Amino acid sequence: MPHDRPKWTVCHRIGAASPPRVLAPQPEGYGEHVNVEVTPLPGIGVRKEFVAGNGRRIGVVSHRDGTTDLIVSKSDDPDACLASLPLTADEAGALANLLGVPQLVAQLAEEQKDLPGISTRQLTIKAASPYDGRTLGDTAIRTRTGVSVVAVMRAGQIHPSPAPDFVFTARDLVVAVGTAEGLDAATKILHQG
Amino acid sequence: MDHTALALIELGAVFFLLGVLGKVAQRVGMSPIPLYLVGGLFFGHGGVIELGDIGQFTQLASEIGVVLLLLLLGLEYSATELVGGMKRSWPAGLVDIVANAAPGAVVALLLGWGPVGALALAGVTYISSSGIIAKVLGDLGRLGNRETPVVLSILVFEDLAMALYLPILTAVLGGVSLLGGLTAVGVSLLVISVVLVIAIKYGRFVSAIVDSDDREVFLLRVFGAALLVAGLAQALQVSAAVGAFLLGIAISGSTAENATRLLEPLRDLFAAVFFVVFGLNTDPASIPPVLAWAVVLAVVTTVTKVGTGWWAARRSGVGRLGRARAGAALVARGEFSIVIAGLAVSAGAVEGELAALATAYVLLMAILGPTAARVVEPVARRLQPSPATTGS
Repeated sequence: MPHDRPKWTVCHRIGAASPPRVLAPQPEGYGEHVNVEVTPLPGIGVRKEFVAGNGRRIGVVSHRDGTTDLIVSKSDDPDACLASLPLTADEAGALANLLGVPQLVAQLAEEQKDLPGISTRQLTIKAASPYDGRTLGDTAIRTRTGVSVVAVMRAGQIHPSPAPDFVFTARDLVVAVGTAEGLDAATKILHQG
Repeated sequence: MDHTALALIELGAVFFLLGVLGKVAQRVGMSPIPLYLVGGLFFGHGGVIELGDIGQFTQLASEIGVVLLLLLLGLEYSATELVGGMKRSWPAGLVDIVANAAPGAVVALLLGWGPVGALALAGVTYISSSGIIAKVLGDLGRLGNRETPVVLSILVFEDLAMALYLPILTAVLGGVSLLGGLTAVGVSLLVISVVLVIAIKYGRFVSAIVDSDDREVFLLRVFGAALLVAGLAQALQVSAAVGAFLLGIAISGSTAENATRLLEPLRDLFAAVFFVVFGLNTDPASIPPVLAWAVVLAVVTTVTKVGTGWWAARRSGVGRLGRARAGAALVARGEFSIVIAGLAVSAGAVEGELAALATAYVLLMAILGPTAARVVEPVARRLQPSPATTGS
């Protein structure tokens, strides 16, 4: 089976005829690419996992109390887990962003490769950013730099085409499209105001 | 010294000692239950120090301990999980009953305890300790393993079976006729079905009755409701413990989570009293004569539990190592075996030796179970024909 593109991806939904406002992390929703198996663990929570191309099971155990374990199966004993790492909600969100955003950026870059001079970049709202807690409209990025914010990734969820009243919060990943100069300026705005 | 002062000092000393024992258990990574039992043996009739002035309190407190143990067990499961688990695991559940209840029943008959003693001891050897097992699985990082849902569904089945078994045992211990026994089965089956239907369809109303934003109000309501339901169930001959279990199942969602958080410390306190009282009422001198039988039962029921887990995991398509892990995980017996033995002994319908045998058996199994779960993997790997130890 060719693996020229990662199978586990959420970005195929972007650019669909009518994208949903929020792509909730419903594992079932990834069904077109990956078959996520959901198993109830009575008294504990739910296990959600899929089998990766190399035969390993990868997934999470969602506990009742809201904590999440990241699980990866062993190679010689597929029933057992090599790791079962407890993650806080923040850590799980950060991991989801790490996995999700590069895919999104790569996909958008792919779509725009025929438009010379246009590129896609991911920008971070840092804790010290003046726009932590302020809206997209407040940044006036579009007016000031010509750059478009096409999506915001927060805790693993994609918020596509955010409206001007979208409120940023620290650790959001902003996916922006524009010219190289425009993107540099936008980065500066988001960091320093 | 007046009576109150003495009772407070004795009670304080008992709880403090239990705290020390609990810390020891934590250090060596074992369940505190066997140590609580040993603590009870130490203080009880024929023990090193005899306690006299706290009998009234501890008797009622140990009853409350059983109610809270079962209430929190019920709170852990939602009705949908129970029904789903039962549908998935009923063949394994039946194998489990036959394989693990039979050794207890046979030994009781060999010892001449009659059918009532056989029924009680069958329950003691049948039921695994879901408390110990869930903790061991979490500690060993096996929640993501493929055999774990198999183990958990068997535990679910056992807990439901217990809701049926306890009323029968209560009725039989009460000395009812065959017809009376059948009525108890009928009534408890009906009650369980009704509660499951109510819990699935109208669980939020049950939750709403006890729920409150105020911690104190919530605690008093849940605790009050549990004792009320338990008392009514006892009056109906369904057994107080089962009443509490069913109430726990009917309470669902966030109410169940909050109730668990609030009641956990209370459960730990009263359940500790329950184990100590059980130990108190067991004469340490009565253990050595039955020790050999306890060892025999421990060996046989370890094998039968491992076999049950192995078979159930194989049915679910789990590999050899996973089957061994599932089997070893199920070995631990604990709180519910003592609940059953306590019920039988307090009714006075069985030999006092049953308490001694159950104590020795649970002491062995509560230590053996978690140990088996830990060592099974290296042992099974060594026994495996093809040493495929590349990677990790």
